[in-house]
Amino acid sequence: MKKSNLVLIASGLMLIIFIAAAYFYDSQQTKLKNEQLAQNSSALIQFHSPKTGNPKAKVTIVEFMDPACEACRQFHPFVKDLLKKYKNKVKLVIRYAPFHHGSDVAVKILEAAKKQGQFWDVLDVMYKSQSDWANHHNPNPEMIWNYLEYYKFDVLALKANMDDAVATKIIGIDLADAKALGVDKTPTFFVNGKPLTSFSLEQLETLIRSEIALHY
Amino acid sequence: MNKDSPHNPTVWNLIFASWVIAMLSTLASLFFSEIMELVPCILCWYQRIFIFPLSIILILGLFPLDTNVIKYALPLSIIGLLFTLYHCMLFYGFIPENLQPCSQGVPCSGDNMILFGILPIPVLSLLAFLSITTLLLFARGNRNEKV
Repeated sequence: MKKSNLVLIASGLMLIIFIAAAYFYDSQQTKLKNEQLAQNSSALIQFHSPKTGNPKAKVTIVEFMDPACEACRQFHPFVKDLLKKYKNKVKLVIRYAPFHHGSDVAVKILEAAKKQGQFWDVLDVMYKSQSDWANHHNPNPEMIWNYLEYYKFDVLALKANMDDAVATKIIGIDLADAKALGVDKTPTFFVNGKPLTSFSLEQLETLIRSEIALHY
Repeated sequence: MNKDSPHNPTVWNLIFASWVIAMLSTLASLFFSEIMELVPCILCWYQRIFIFPLSIILILGLFPLDTNVIKYALPLSIIGLLFTLYHCMLFYGFIPENLQPCSQGVPCSGDNMILFGILPIPVLSLLAFLSITTLLLFARGNRNEKV
């Protein structure tokens, strides 16, 4: 056999094995993920989870998020627009997945804000100031307070409403649910329990539309 | 006497075999990180640095056969081998925990290093660098022999 042919055949074989293995692995993973999801569908929503939108809406978006995650911040305005656009038909449930260092403190502040009915406003402030307090080399969630003060929130009331034990328990439940559902990245979206297969704004809207078409 | 015999099939085959191993290792390591989405630990990164160029320079030395490639490839495979040896010792606990450089982020030892429950990635890497180094040393020994 000519030497150049030998190398060509070897390269071709290795490439084919690589692609076949990738394809096989992917389809196995999808199958496993769907099975895992079917078994753990009760882990999608908890009573304590912050919700917005019409409570009777038949399409439910569940978002596993981290206040320190850039992609979550970028998605957030778009998700809000979708809630407005498909008003009354869509509701949003937030689940915590504080994977970043220090974001558990941010979640505890959010929990205090939830008690005062200010969850969404405080979340907006956190996203707005994210690049400052969630710096990857030096995360400093205590800086959130400065921003809350700047935007005229009642910091004293928020601090009084902080309940470390309860918030820690909620974070524990949400992280356990995230694990059970195979959530390892943020944001992770489920629409009526169906996972977003490819991660993009368009895909999320397509999935929401198809669920609206199914239920209305 | 033709010192750099362009028709030395033994040397060609040895370099070819080491290229196949380098290429397989490169693809496997890309498979772990891109398809299985395992995050490479720091030691894995150093080993990747030394295996990726091997898959390119070894094949360049085959057409036409240029035995100088052995001289360029051996340092890469030997340094890579030292990293895998260190990694394996870490993995099997010969080096105490507090000495390891990967305490932050992705650990260099642990369950995520074991494929399908039996194949530890550091051992695969050790086998790859060890066989490439051995093959290249043989090729170096055969380089000057007239066939």
